[in-house]
Amino acid sequence: MSVAIEIPYWGQSLLRVLGGIVAVLLPAGTIVYVFLFKMMSFMQSRLGPMEAGPYGSMQLFAEVGKWMQKEDTAPAAADHRIFKMAPLIVLLSTFLLVAVVPFGPDAWLTNFETGVFYGLAVSSISVLGILVAGWSSANKYSLLGGLRAAGQLIAYELPLVLAAIGVVIQAGSMRMQDIVVAQNAGSIFGWDGVGNPYLLTQGVGFLVFMIAVQAELTQPPFDMPIAESELVSGYMTEYSGFRFLIFFIAEFATVGVFSLIASVLFLGGWGVPFAWFGWEGIDDVDNWMNVVGPLIMVNKMLVLSFLIMWVRFSFPRFREDQLQRFAWKVLIPVALANIVVTAILKVAV
Amino acid sequence: MSDFLRDYLTVVWFGLAALVLGSLLLGLAALVRPVKPNASKLIAYESGVDPVGIGWSQSQIRYYVFALLFVIFDVEAVFIFPWAASIERYGTFGLVVMLAFIVLLLDGLLYAWKRGLLRWV
Repeated sequence: MSVAIEIPYWGQSLLRVLGGIVAVLLPAGTIVYVFLFKMMSFMQSRLGPMEAGPYGSMQLFAEVGKWMQKEDTAPAAADHRIFKMAPLIVLLSTFLLVAVVPFGPDAWLTNFETGVFYGLAVSSISVLGILVAGWSSANKYSLLGGLRAAGQLIAYELPLVLAAIGVVIQAGSMRMQDIVVAQNAGSIFGWDGVGNPYLLTQGVGFLVFMIAVQAELTQPPFDMPIAESELVSGYMTEYSGFRFLIFFIAEFATVGVFSLIASVLFLGGWGVPFAWFGWEGIDDVDNWMNVVGPLIMVNKMLVLSFLIMWVRFSFPRFREDQLQRFAWKVLIPVALANIVVTAILKVAV
Repeated sequence: MSDFLRDYLTVVWFGLAALVLGSLLLGLAALVRPVKPNASKLIAYESGVDPVGIGWSQSQIRYYVFALLFVIFDVEAVFIFPWAASIERYGTFGLVVMLAFIVLLLDGLLYAWKRGLLRWV
């Protein structure tokens, strides 16, 4: 099956980049307004923003306007060039990460054969941005925050990668599209009514993956790098105005993008169970999935970011040593055991 | 150009889009925001107390052992991925070999654990 209209390569690239920008900014705005502004307020028995627009829905634009007018200061002792680059590196990581997410049979941004691998690799570029932000600020709190972030992100990178390996074993491919197809065309013990979403058959992997994502995003209860009661604001202490806002946007955009990736790996991605429509493989999928697929992805993204935010608002912060202990002594052994069990079942059954 | 390279070209476009978007927003903000630096504004903010010494003071780096372990396990992941993607082709032989590999690495983790290296020293 091919797209009815032939689009030249430059047109496709332009569409993909525009799609990518939407896929970064839309989740970020939605998550900040729906979850951070409203859901957190309701959980804390308050109303949240109410003045700007109906139910405060224009609050985001008011915030952007506010941050735009703030002075952009940098400490005199800072390493100015790197200090100014750091937020852009974090934003860059988010954009490179979203490139791997497929939104429909033809509505993909990149179709790497090693998609999972690529995604996990570029997701760690943000560590560099955070580390140089902490280092270049010439502030002891920033430095400590940056180092903590580096220690935390490398510790939780491993459970993240190892949990994804379970999915790769089941799907037999690292291509994101193949993983989507394997889940939707699959069956559990011969029953294909819901396909085979790996949430059900890789439950342990999903749990490890989501915990690791929570830590990779430095969302509470894993927010020691910016622990405000100890480190002021960690690596972001010296940032003000729009540069701070870029860190902030990148943080919540990455929540959305990781939710998208998790929904591809564990919830069946853009697809519906192929058995419903009698599809066999990706070539049989009807064209309308290119429109419905992105909508399905948005819904799955909202569900997963809701989980991330729910945990964020509910749990108190870990201590730094508990954090490292949890990664190395619980998550990594569990993830390795998950790989072994999955591999044995895959080969034996 | 092959599809493979085109995908990487798309990645380049995405990187450029991020940088251009970020720079545009920052440039827009630069037109609006005030610039009134003074000496006390440019001191590093350390909870309102004047900073003692320089920001890059020596501090104890506690996780170099974790960093070493991380390298080992990350390389392990690099080896596991290709096997995981073609697990059915290698069958039982590949499974046994990979299990031996994983057990050896797990053994290393247990050794580090027993030595007390996974504690927060």
